Amino acid sequence: MTRSYYENSARARIAGLLDGDTFNEWLPAADRVTSPHLAILDQPAAFDDGVIIGQGSIAGKQIFIAAQEGGFMGGAVGEVHGAKIVGVLERAVREHPAAVLLLLETGGVRLQEANAGLIAVSEVMRAILAARAAGVPVIVAIGGQYGCFGGMGIASRCATTIIMSEEGRLGLSGPEVIETARGVEEYDSRDRALVWRTVGGKHRYLLGECDAMVPDSMVAFRQAIVASIADGDDWSLQALEREHQMLSDRVQRFGECRDGRDIWRKMGWPDPDAIAMMDNDEFMAAAQGRRSKQTVKVS
Amino acid sequence: MEWKKVAGQLFPDGHDIKQDGDLLSGGGRCGKHTVAVIGTTNHTEVGVELALAMAAAVLAVLRDHPGRPIVFLVDTSGQRLRHRDEMLGLNGYMAHLAKCVEMARRRGHAIISLVYEQALSGGFLANGMMADVCAALPGAEIRVMGLPAMARVTRISEERLTELSKTSPVFAPGATNYLKMGGLDALWEGDLSVCLAKALEHVDATDHRRVRGLERGGRLLADPVVQRVLASV
Repeated sequence: MTRSYYENSARARIAGLLDGDTFNEWLPAADRVTSPHLAILDQPAAFDDGVIIGQGSIAGKQIFIAAQEGGFMGGAVGEVHGAKIVGVLERAVREHPAAVLLLLETGGVRLQEANAGLIAVSEVMRAILAARAAGVPVIVAIGGQYGCFGGMGIASRCATTIIMSEEGRLGLSGPEVIETARGVEEYDSRDRALVWRTVGGKHRYLLGECDAMVPDSMVAFRQAIVASIADGDDWSLQALEREHQMLSDRVQRFGECRDGRDIWRKMGWPDPDAIAMMDNDEFMAAAQGRRSKQTVKVS
Repeated sequence: MEWKKVAGQLFPDGHDIKQDGDLLSGGGRCGKHTVAVIGTTNHTEVGVELALAMAAAVLAVLRDHPGRPIVFLVDTSGQRLRHRDEMLGLNGYMAHLAKCVEMARRRGHAIISLVYEQALSGGFLANGMMADVCAALPGAEIRVMGLPAMARVTRISEERLTELSKTSPVFAPGATNYLKMGGLDALWEGDLSVCLAKALEHVDATDHRRVRGLERGGRLLADPVVQRVLASV
């Protein structure tokens, strides 16, 4: 295990975030719960189908957790993978842990089992909202190599809180998908700075699309998760109406912008290009008062 | 099928659905039921404005007509594939719409969706797939991605995918595949107003899709896996 959240595997992230050896895995690799759809396409299966689930404690609070492994098919969601996450969330409705943590790293639906994967993502979305409606906060962490895209980009925003690192990326259609569909003039997926200005952690934080920005370290993610658990949730019509206002304002203010830089300039950053160079503390201090207001939470 | 024709068949007792760009909204009467209708047309791509407009329509129903059932008329070629929409956080707009639909459900609104033309991935997740009852017309096209694009991403040849799609419901496009996998409740044929009335009588807020997928033989592991997680010690 390294100190970097980005570089760790899903299993190492769980071990590093939870207290001591409190993690109790459900359907571990020894159970051989694998995808039934890959062999026909000559694709190797994984004994955990790319997601590790279970329960443990963090700062003494009992939580349930699911961690996607980007190293297996880019964390893509298939039938079994999705059902494991749904199981965690439904169990949370029954047992009321202090929170459900979703460590997401995924390109979205696993195309080799596209229909099963799409339905699974939809089931995850409904299960996240069911957990929240039952009073269990759902906390998403995004900071891995593959980011969080596709339907899981939508699912993540159904959660109570999103914690991202600067290296984390969050969106719906990935840059390659848009480039393939609309051409390199529309979106150059190899222009890493452009991609970062479009879906990167700092941009998402400034927009109000994620709630906390942390440096790429296990300790920082853990602290932010503990703080999010303490913040509680606000699943209410009033919160949705506030979000509606925020999203309406965003289209009004930034709908004509062509680049993340234009948005940041409109937010009052005198030198948008300096944002990339700022360390996390410097950025967070400068971001307050400039970023879009996020939904007010009530504990 | 053209939306006006669908609306005419769903609501023989009248409707006042209006088209504004690619957005449909209004109300319809089906026997003793008055329902709110929200939808899209022209195989539109759902970008930030349209997702927001649909969410606004859902919130308006919650405010002005508490408890009124909501019918989504689905016709979308998916999420808008633009740099600009991604930059603005399209996933967040889609999620907002999904949350509004969930809030409607939790406040007692029955949610029905009918795919009358096309439904693709992201554009479908945020409204049609959030319904209590999700139906499609038999000719409707439902898919995640076309086979050519799928071939590029998976690096499996298009010929191979085309061949496999003849027998497998798991990745191949098509309403009947979604029916088999439990993603659709039913294909609506014949008198659509009868189908709608029947659906309105049988709505419940539980997500039955994985159980349907198991019963219909299209998704054999989803429900057993959830059950195993629930039973794990």
